[in-house]
Amino acid sequence: MITESKPVVTATMTLDGREVTYTEGETIYEVARRANIEVPTLCYDPRLEPFGACRLCIVEVEGGRNPVASCTTPAVAGMVVHTQTEAVEKHRRTLLELVASENPEENINPLRGYASQELNQLLEKHDVQPGRFQGKHSGTSNKDDNPFILRDYNHCISCYRCVRVCAEQEGDHAITMMNRGFEKQITAEFDIRLKESACTFCGQCVQTCPTGALGDRKAMRAEAQKEDFKKTRSVCPYCGVGCQVDLLSKEDRLVGIQPAMDGPANEGALCIKGQFAFDFVQHEDRLSKPLVRGEDGKLHEVDWDTALDRAAEGFKKVRQQHGNHAIYGVASGRAPSEASYTMQKFIRAGFGTNQIDNCSRA
Amino acid sequence: MSNPLADMDKPDVIFCIGTNMTECHPVAATRIKQAIKRGAKLIVADPRKISLANMANLYLPLRVGSDVALLLGMAHVIARDGLVNRSFINDRTDKGEAFLEHVQQFTPQWAAKISGLNPCDIEQAAHWYAQAERSAIYYTLGITEHICGVDNVQSLCNLALMTGHIGREGTGINPMRGQNNIQGAGDAGAVPANYPGFQPVTDPLSQEKFKQLYGREMDPEKGITKVSALNECGKSIHAMLIDGENTVVSDPDRSHCLRSLESLEHLVVIDIFLTETAELADVVLPATAWGETDGVCVNTERRVQRLRQAVPPHGEAKPDWWIISQIAQRLAVPGFEFESAKDVFNELCSLSPIYAGLDWDRIEKAEYQWPVPEKDHPGTPILHVDEFKNGRGLFSLIHYRDPAEVVDENYPVWLTTGRRLEAYHTRTQTGRAAGIDYLLPEESLEVNPENLAEWNLTDGGYANLTSRRGTVKIRVKSSGRSPLGTVFCSFSFNDVPVNILTGSGYDPVTETAELKVCPVRVEPA
Ligand code: SF4
Ligand code: SF4
Ligand code: FES
Repeated sequence: MITESKPVVTATMTLDGREVTYTEGETIYEVARRANIEVPTLCYDPRLEPFGACRLCIVEVEGGRNPVASCTTPAVAGMVVHTQTEAVEKHRRTLLELVASENPEENINPLRGYASQELNQLLEKHDVQPGRFQGKHSGTSNKDDNPFILRDYNHCISCYRCVRVCAEQEGDHAITMMNRGFEKQITAEFDIRLKESACTFCGQCVQTCPTGALGDRKAMRAEAQKEDFKKTRSVCPYCGVGCQVDLLSKEDRLVGIQPAMDGPANEGALCIKGQFAFDFVQHEDRLSKPLVRGEDGKLHEVDWDTALDRAAEGFKKVRQQHGNHAIYGVASGRAPSEASYTMQKFIRAGFGTNQIDNCSRA
Repeated sequence: MSNPLADMDKPDVIFCIGTNMTECHPVAATRIKQAIKRGAKLIVADPRKISLANMANLYLPLRVGSDVALLLGMAHVIARDGLVNRSFINDRTDKGEAFLEHVQQFTPQWAAKISGLNPCDIEQAAHWYAQAERSAIYYTLGITEHICGVDNVQSLCNLALMTGHIGREGTGINPMRGQNNIQGAGDAGAVPANYPGFQPVTDPLSQEKFKQLYGREMDPEKGITKVSALNECGKSIHAMLIDGENTVVSDPDRSHCLRSLESLEHLVVIDIFLTETAELADVVLPATAWGETDGVCVNTERRVQRLRQAVPPHGEAKPDWWIISQIAQRLAVPGFEFESAKDVFNELCSLSPIYAGLDWDRIEKAEYQWPVPEKDHPGTPILHVDEFKNGRGLFSLIHYRDPAEVVDENYPVWLTTGRRLEAYHTRTQTGRAAGIDYLLPEESLEVNPENLAEWNLTDGGYANLTSRRGTVKIRVKSSGRSPLGTVFCSFSFNDVPVNILTGSGYDPVTETAELKVCPVRVEPA
């Protein structure tokens, strides 16, 4: 059974000479982040259990022999921590150089995924040039014809974020690590195509990958378009969970979706529908003009005034012949609330009846 | 939902019934997976061995349509073994004694006979649910799409009331809404019995209020439901305005539905595609799609959130509220001078008690779950904390009823319908999203491998599925998810119009169709 919540215990420690308060159970990294002290990370994702693989987040603790990974080390009362000493900086640089050497130099387009710029931004910030170690690249691109997820293992730095998000967040265990060291590569179970694995194509691995080794293939179709993309916060149009999303658009085109990490219902998660099924919006089958049925029994394109007049005329005629109750309104559970509100007002204010329903019964 | 989604990893016992959550509400299901990891017990009741069943500590493979029997049996065990929450029953509910006496007749053995379950599993479920500190119930259409849908829901309420598993964190009765804004449509008053904010149309005070607001006498009678309206087409209903619903494919008994809409004198459809329903219309009006317009939607936990425009409308498409307002103005109905979605939403807030503390700007950050009765109210993540909506919780004395049609010689197999992860509803949207076909190119009928041989079917071959209303040809797929004697498919594909078969009956109260149960015959095609 889950235990009742305990009272919060707070204590203080010293971070870069500042005294800071923390709650028992917080890691040094979490305390630093709250104190607005920037510590670089690569294998860290706030939604996942700390992992301690990349060692980029190391800090010095006074009295300790070696630097420790701040993302896995719990804060202790009275602890004195330095996050930016020369030794620490040097260590981080070396690590980044090592990582950079494993990765081919390439501009990773931000359309690949939410976190895809993390590594490149760190390299830039620490002024690290790729190529110093001339190391062997780990893994090769996997041939997988699925239309959603690119797997480009030349860029993989073995941070395990994709594996962990799949196991911890999704509970799907669709991807695992194969081999070790430079040979290691992230792959679906037994190196099969994702389609044959337990993968549900929720896209979580893509969005957490800090290098673009995993990419959103649908969004990447728009890479060639030069403009920057714009992000617009909205809500997934499918089920009632109401996951928040950012719509990615270039000029007038909707090009992709990314999860909102702070969406109250989803906290960064999405499913295949919310992540990948957005392009009905600008599909060629969309109705672009009003239609009315002509003498010939077929629907014809007309202008708005003609269509609206005809729509209103029909209701007028039915009201005259059969009375107010003969007119019925069906509102949509898919359209925004304003549609349902105006629909019920149309029926109630227009005809004085309650002949209105929505499609929840079907 | 009585409780917020964020509560889903807090219960000690989670009881999922009639919900294929991993496919229909996948992101909510991830929270259940996390609860399990934290040590919560999961009970799953579903006729099909859905993936949630594979995660369960206790799986109850009940016969389709026998939910009430299971729930009565559980209530019996809880009462018999003294696991009721006496103080909750005394302080917060009515008719408790009558209910406890009522359930004495429904032994687990009785429930087992009807549901096909093992009586000791029913006992186990009852014990776990009642004894935990926090137990929560989650359900979806597997509970409501039955002739006894209301009985099912009330049976679940009975369980929560007798154990006091409601009104606290990590408890509650939590229906998961299927469509992104079905909650918002009800909130906005698009129902025959309520004005916006669930103010009853039969309440004289509310009638007076809306008479003032809308400037005309209000009908003191409820309207008829959509299901009745479809039956009345050509009789008492002669014109319809349908917004964004593909009635022909999504509703039961498709041929009846087609005939109904065709018999109207005037049909106006607002949609983003020329759906099978729009094709029947006299006037089709193109609406803006998601991503092309601003608006509000309300999720399953009553959270009021903003939808925002990212790209310009396709062609000449217009927002739904604009289109309806234009028709209203042409009929000289006053009060439709809206200039933006914001105008419309703010009017809704001004006359709905549950939104009274909200307006367009306040919901910018999506932090409110209704009711929000006044400005600077924090919203209500958990319902029924100190009091139920109407004061006290009322037990209902339910009896089990058979489905409208049961299997017999001619129709010996249970068909149950539902949804799939990759397809949404009638696929007007997912069917047009690039790549989805890669995963789900067509519909198929899931048949238990043992039944395959017995019915002379081959995996990947075709079968004819026949009910009292018609026949549908469908590809066959061998699947251990289907129990013996029960087959499953979704209604998402227009070329496999499964809703030709369904429609055997309706819940007498809500008139929701019994889509979950339909006796059929399965023959090689
Ligand atoms: S594919 Fe990306 S997320 Fe996964 S281990 Fe490699 S770099 Fe990390
Ligand atoms: S992303 Fe999936 S779970 Fe979330 S609202 Fe959309 S359809 Fe529902
Ligand atoms: S972020 Fe701490 S070890 Fe990687």
